[in-house]
Amino acid sequence: MNIRIKFQKYGVMKFIGHLDMMRYFQKAIRRADIDIAYSEGYSPHQIMSFAAPLGVGVTSDGEYLDIEVKSSKSSKASMQSLNETMAEGITILEYRKLPDTAKTSMSLVAAADYLVYQKPGYCPLADTSTQLQAKVEAFYEGQSHIYITKQTKKREIEMDLKPLIYEMKAINLNQKQTLARIGVKNPQILAACQEETTEDTPALFLKLCTGSADNVKPELVLEAFCRFHGISYEPSGSYIHRLEVYARADDIPVKGEQERQVYADNLNHQRELCQQQGIEFPKFLALGELGIDI
Amino acid sequence: MNKLALSDEILMSVDKPARYIGNEINIVRKNPQDVAIRFAMCFPDVYEIGMSHLGIQILYDMFNQREDVYCERVYSPWVDLHKILKEQNIPLFTLETQSPVKDMDFLGITIQYEMCYTNILQILDLSKIPLLANERTEEDPIVIGGGPCTYNPEPLADFFDLFYIGEGETQYDALFDLYKSMRAQGGTRQEFLRAVCKLPGIYVPSLYEVSYQEDGTIASFTPQYADVPPTILKEVQMDLTNTVYPRKPLVPYIKVTQDRVVLEIQRGCIRGCRFCQAGMIYRPTRERDVNMLKDCAREMLESSGHEEISLSSLSSSDYSQLPELINYLIGFKEKGVNISLPSLRIDAFSLDVMSKVQDIRKSSLTFAPEAGTQRLRDVINKGLTEEIILNGAGLAFAGGWQKVKLYFMLGLPTETEDDMKEIPRLADKVARRYYEIPKEQRNGKCQITISTSFFVPKPFTPFQWASMQPKEEYLRRARIVNEEMKEQLNRKSLKYNWHEADVTVLEGVFARGDRRVGQVLRKAYEKGCIFDSWSEFFDNGKWMEAFQECGVSIDFYNLRTRELDEILPWDFIDCGVTKSFLKREWQHALEEKVTPNCKMQCNGCGATKFEGGVCLEHQN
Repeated sequence: MNIRIKFQKYGVMKFIGHLDMMRYFQKAIRRADIDIAYSEGYSPHQIMSFAAPLGVGVTSDGEYLDIEVKSSKSSKASMQSLNETMAEGITILEYRKLPDTAKTSMSLVAAADYLVYQKPGYCPLADTSTQLQAKVEAFYEGQSHIYITKQTKKREIEMDLKPLIYEMKAINLNQKQTLARIGVKNPQILAACQEETTEDTPALFLKLCTGSADNVKPELVLEAFCRFHGISYEPSGSYIHRLEVYARADDIPVKGEQERQVYADNLNHQRELCQQQGIEFPKFLALGELGIDI
Repeated sequence: MNKLALSDEILMSVDKPARYIGNEINIVRKNPQDVAIRFAMCFPDVYEIGMSHLGIQILYDMFNQREDVYCERVYSPWVDLHKILKEQNIPLFTLETQSPVKDMDFLGITIQYEMCYTNILQILDLSKIPLLANERTEEDPIVIGGGPCTYNPEPLADFFDLFYIGEGETQYDALFDLYKSMRAQGGTRQEFLRAVCKLPGIYVPSLYEVSYQEDGTIASFTPQYADVPPTILKEVQMDLTNTVYPRKPLVPYIKVTQDRVVLEIQRGCIRGCRFCQAGMIYRPTRERDVNMLKDCAREMLESSGHEEISLSSLSSSDYSQLPELINYLIGFKEKGVNISLPSLRIDAFSLDVMSKVQDIRKSSLTFAPEAGTQRLRDVINKGLTEEIILNGAGLAFAGGWQKVKLYFMLGLPTETEDDMKEIPRLADKVARRYYEIPKEQRNGKCQITISTSFFVPKPFTPFQWASMQPKEEYLRRARIVNEEMKEQLNRKSLKYNWHEADVTVLEGVFARGDRRVGQVLRKAYEKGCIFDSWSEFFDNGKWMEAFQECGVSIDFYNLRTRELDEILPWDFIDCGVTKSFLKREWQHALEEKVTPNCKMQCNGCGATKFEGGVCLEHQN
């Protein structure tokens, strides 16, 4: 049985790197007594894969890992067992069953949402979210190409960020409704939100191309944005928070001819429903939406 | 969630920030305001090493069971953070509450090897605690030393307020109670030290005076007051079953050296190898009950989620309930739990067990003959014979193993060129045993790895009087081994590693040094020596300068056969094993006479005075 787990990462846990998070979950799954499946061979390992590595220093409300289990308690009971053994700073948000032929989240990742804002003491991106929105429009809508040079291990490459930024806008972190709409669950961001204040804490919301083929880190966009507007950029000067990770809605997330056909038929049906109701069919689906609670 | 002592900027700029954030699984959280005593427990090396140490886990668990004590942890900041803490004047902090170490009532430092001594000074320095005990005030924590190196605490005497000699389980409750009551009465630091020195196992170095003879040896070692005990008997936890053991081990995020459940099955060793300090100071050998170990193993695996469990002891094969314990542990295999079995004697039983729990193709077998000839093995009382090694290797090869590691020491007392040359010859014989297997039944080449270290005489061993060799001589001996290896038939299947000799020389000085070598330590730290056990940081040049500037002679400590009636710096400690036994064993060594192990026969070492363990099992 395939299970997709969604979790959030905050506080001091942001300093735990991707590989250590994998080790963390291997042990956590044992502690929670999840009946995970092991690979064959002399040194068996848990069948587990992560969707998209998160950089050190970045917090998240939308991390995913897939596991294979031999049997499972209900989603609720499993989440409870896991949450009882989580370190402070990791909370399990979802535990969902996937179709047996499901593709791994890793192979499906297409986009991710981020919230980016400056730490106190660093050059602000703008004084208000309205001003920031104007700067975003100049940077994003106003340019047909956003060229940057990216340093890879071997060489420098020039790339155009524009087609890889799916969405970019300014928001005010002091509006609870806005935070709810974009799905912020991070307790520290929520605690800092002061609705009654007139103060405006501007932040960038980004939906970026993510995955193994093309991958844009939010830092790259922020750096280009700062350079465009003559704002001094420092790598450690901003908070970066991932909100959600998505698959393409039209990417069929299962293997096997029959299963794919069933999924495709259902997809078309949904698309027609949307059309009839005059709603735009979503371009992306959160990875968790591909599973069901058990 | 705690506020961290370090900013995001600092944590993002250093290697492995997880070393400094705490928050591990099974961490103990208390409100510091609710406790009477705050204790910082320190392992003076990098986090990954310190977190692997069982002793600290035992004491962390035990201390925190007391409601009035909060024990937190601190490790050596790695060199990158060391520099930042110095530059930005940030005080060293505990992991649990991220509080300055200086705010604690106690700083307890476990001292496991000589080459961590500069790191002890680093901890004090970064904590802003005066390096010298006599410069500390009421504002500073009481600095306690513990661990095997405190069996000769003298090189560190100036830096510690007190040492706890022996096993930690027994006296800390009394020590905490005393501290609490004295604090409540407004007692000073000095008053506490005067009182605590009367607790069993506690050594307060400032209450003793040492004088020296003209030739540099110790003339006298005397308590300054009549009520200060002249000798300190080591503490020992005789009942290892009905005692504390951490059921919820801390689980680090980054990979540490012991990334597994560690189950200490027994303490002490019956073998009596004459070079081995652990084999003497942990006497008598005491086992834990197998049912207790089963409970511990299950609970620790469940609470940690570790995928491996390792048995810990000086000689696991001597544990009487080993088959029962291993069979129980094999039951965890289906939960994906590996079993690691270090220090097992290689025989049919252990090979059978290992074939069940390990991947034969990947794992290697380890033998520690320690010396190349039977003659020298008799000198050191290492009971391993060539026959046992070759038979064990033969069985292992037949069982599918191809890799064998052989550990030896160079520079043992009475060592001759023949002893050295026999090392590669023995390795070659092991290889020959492999190639006796018909070609179609074996799996390519075998791999025999020889490793040699240089012998360092340790206090409370029969070799405590022995002379060491100069550095050049150690290297010459390693070259002899290397040259001889090239002469062997199966040289292509043999590999030889040897250690650097510079570190050996320093280990020698600090293992058997007196109070006068403490100043060298301080000088070396001031010159920037730190993480000396890490070859990338070890700077022998600075150390040699420090010795020179302090006018301390290395040769006095290393290149001298001590007289049997000389007052040794550690003579005031009573570890149970008597000096007359050690003298007898030193004599037997020179006569190449073997002493039977404790289960075969009591040899009257003195440890019977603890009235327990192996001493009561096989009385003659």
